[in-house]
Amino acid sequence: MSNIFIWGRKNLYPTTGQGIISIAIVSLVGLVLWNFLPWSIFNAVWVADNSDVCRQAGGACWAFIWEKLYFILFGFYPAEERWRAWLVLALFLGGILYSGRSKSWTLSLIVVWLGLVVSMMLLLNGTLLGLPTVETSYWGGLVLTIILAMTGIIFSYPFGVLLALGRANQRLPVIRGICVSIIEIIRGVPFISLLFMASLMLPLFLPSGFVIPKLVRAIVAVIIFSGCYLAETVRGGLAAVSRGQYEAAQSLGLSYWKTMGLVILPQALSKVIQPTVGSFISLFIDTTLVVIISMYDLLGAARAAASDSAWLGFAREAYVFLALIYFAFCYTLSKYSRRLEKDILTKKVH
Amino acid sequence: MAPVQTTNKTSIIKITDLDFFYGDTQALFKINLTIAKNRITSFIGPSGCGKSTLLRCMNRMYDVIRNTKASGSILFDNNNILQTSTDVTGLRRRIGMVFQKSNPFAKTIYENVVYGLRIAGENKKSVLDQAVEESLKGTSLFDEVKDRLNESALGLSGGQMQRLCIARAIAIKPDVILMDEPCSALDPKSTAKVEELMLNLKKDYSIVIVTHNMQQSSRISEYTAFFLEGRLMEKDTTQKIFTNPSKKETEDYITGKFG
Ligand SMILES: Nc1ncnc2c1ncn2[C@@H]1O[C@H](COP(=O)(O)OP(=O)(O)OP(=O)(O)O)[C@@H](O)[C@H]1O
Ligand SMILES: [Mg+2]
Repeated sequence: MSNIFIWGRKNLYPTTGQGIISIAIVSLVGLVLWNFLPWSIFNAVWVADNSDVCRQAGGACWAFIWEKLYFILFGFYPAEERWRAWLVLALFLGGILYSGRSKSWTLSLIVVWLGLVVSMMLLLNGTLLGLPTVETSYWGGLVLTIILAMTGIIFSYPFGVLLALGRANQRLPVIRGICVSIIEIIRGVPFISLLFMASLMLPLFLPSGFVIPKLVRAIVAVIIFSGCYLAETVRGGLAAVSRGQYEAAQSLGLSYWKTMGLVILPQALSKVIQPTVGSFISLFIDTTLVVIISMYDLLGAARAAASDSAWLGFAREAYVFLALIYFAFCYTLSKYSRRLEKDILTKKVH
Repeated sequence: MAPVQTTNKTSIIKITDLDFFYGDTQALFKINLTIAKNRITSFIGPSGCGKSTLLRCMNRMYDVIRNTKASGSILFDNNNILQTSTDVTGLRRRIGMVFQKSNPFAKTIYENVVYGLRIAGENKKSVLDQAVEESLKGTSLFDEVKDRLNESALGLSGGQMQRLCIARAIAIKPDVILMDEPCSALDPKSTAKVEELMLNLKKDYSIVIVTHNMQQSSRISEYTAFFLEGRLMEKDTTQKIFTNPSKKETEDYITGKFG
């Protein structure tokens, strides 16, 4: 008991000023919990056949989430093929666990994830595996969000790195100019308009009869948009590598591209791990915007579920549930990036 | 102290009428100079007189700077290296360089030393091991680091890092080593080590060193070239330059009257 007291005194009340702030914060948190806990737990309904039970209870209706779980996870994916979507989630978790081992932290990790996302898409679509075809327009929910985020991250990263390298290259002014224009134009445009452009205008430029699935168009928009922001992050990393490293590599007889690829880039990229993962997190969150081109990703599916007339009025529960999922993902990512950075910094070896 | 040599037969680099421009500003004017084989040549002169620039001409390091132009000729192995057809990466493997600020890679000590070899396609462990031992012994670093070859080079002291960079440069067995103020960031003890190292190296390599330290120049080099405002004022044996220079400017600089 006295230990707790000493700890509390030291950490919450070191000086009067800080103590007052601590008290204010603790009471605020307490107030929120005081109101939130009864709703979310004590008075909540966990299982129910229909919404009437929930309405009488007055607490949160988690039965609603339970009822709509498949829709939130998989969208309109056909019920009899759901095992494939489950498998995709399993693959995804497997990938996360695999990436968590510090032994796996090499560039080949990108290849692993590329393999994963390709298998996921093959599995979801099914045609090539001899399974019944499920068109991309039926993909939805968490699975769609994962696919969008994964392809977005895997492709926007190399794309961003290439843009940054192109921008840094003094010797090819044309390429440099192109890269600068792409980066500046895309960064000057909101993501929503890029999405609209990809979904509405892109088909106009294509020969008629040539249809690109909406999913692919959305992914392309995500990659281009996120790639341009990543390019700026990477540029910061490139600028932070000292000129001496460049000269050392050149004086040992490395060509320009070997200098960049083997010496400069690895250092530059590891200097900006945190902001890079920050970009990944915003990419993950930005994918929710595909709702506006009527795709049912995690957010879209949850909103659609909340507007089911049999279960009207439980949007709050849906959003809390979503918040938990998004938080779990983003927190894992940022935790991961901190470990990765620490690991690289202590080893001082790239 | 220096054995007097006739430069003609024993020269390794011959610079003729070299002009060099950064954009529109000319940094070197009509340089004529030969670098002696297996000897140490030092470049001295006030800041901004073009010593580094000339050094960078000799292995085409100026290529990395935009809008630079060199004319005249620099003969190395019977080729004018200023020609655009020169294989620059090959040239830099034969004319190595050590910089003022040590710049080890963020890799292990071992990997730093063998980096140039690996790039040249050498991957045999026995060869690499031997190169590491030889180069580190050559820079008298071996005993200090032999138990931590697989630790990061960034954990070394400043002097050790600089010697590691020299080891990295000699691991690929160049013919010439260019050193741009290699000791300016080192304490006297490390400086003494690097100087001793240079004296050892010259039996296998030709060395050109830029230095602001007159004592250093007179201690280690056989030949000294004095530059002023982009021009070579005087080049002779170190002994002559320091005891009996033929130009007034040289004398003023050496005696510390300016620069
Ligand atoms: N990258 C560059 N672009 C333009 N001008 C340059 C560049 N590098 C050097 N110069 C100019 O060329 C001249 C010679 O510079 P250099 O670096 O060769 O001098 P230095 O003799 O090595 O001087 P220090 O002893 O200070 O190192 C200087 O006037 C300098 O301003
Ligand atoms: Mg200089």
